Amino acid sequence: MKNPLDTLAGTVISGLILTAVLYFLARAMMGA
Amino acid sequence: MTMDFIQYGLGRWLHILSGVMWIGLLYYFNFVQVDALKAAAADTPPTGGGITKHVAPRALFYFRWAAVATVLMGLMMLGDKVDDALLFKERAYIPIGIGAWLGLIMFFNVWVLIWPNQKKILGIVSATDDEKAKARRIAFLASRTNTMLSMPMLFFMSFSATFHRALIG
Repeated sequence: MKNPLDTLAGTVISGLILTAVLYFLARAMMGA
Repeated sequence: MTMDFIQYGLGRWLHILSGVMWIGLLYYFNFVQVDALKAAAADTPPTGGGITKHVAPRALFYFRWAAVATVLMGLMMLGDKVDDALLFKERAYIPIGIGAWLGLIMFFNVWVLIWPNQKKILGIVSATDDEKAKARRIAFLASRTNTMLSMPMLFFMSFSATFHRALIG
């Protein structure tokens, strides 16, 4: 499998996914 | 009042100023320079020498020192709440804690992975061709990792003040 960080599009998409994951993690940690 | 002005007024202003320079140069490297150098290397004769010699070292200078200023100002703003944020001790500090951790990981990448390897690539320290090839890959992936991490980092930095109110009320 190709590393997504090798392309700009893959980097931006990875960043968006990570943002969403951490957003829901933060919500869960805060008990929201 | 004066201490509050220094910690939250000047601190926030300098944190944002230096953060814009740090992340701005990070985006310059990733969105402009990488592809520009690739295209320049394909020219006959190669035309990237000027970028490598004159642009990259200057950009890296401001990049790594802006990272230092950003982190120092961020820590100054957190003040005695730094452990609440970084150890997620208090609910309201969880969003800024996540943002701060992302920023600290990016800071580590700048000083431990990007800059030492860029020194080899740019010939500031001597390295064999094989070492340079390895250094190029490590610096590239660390830089791309920071670009990826900058997205949630900026989300949590910009949203942290209202995150708690928006979710908990």
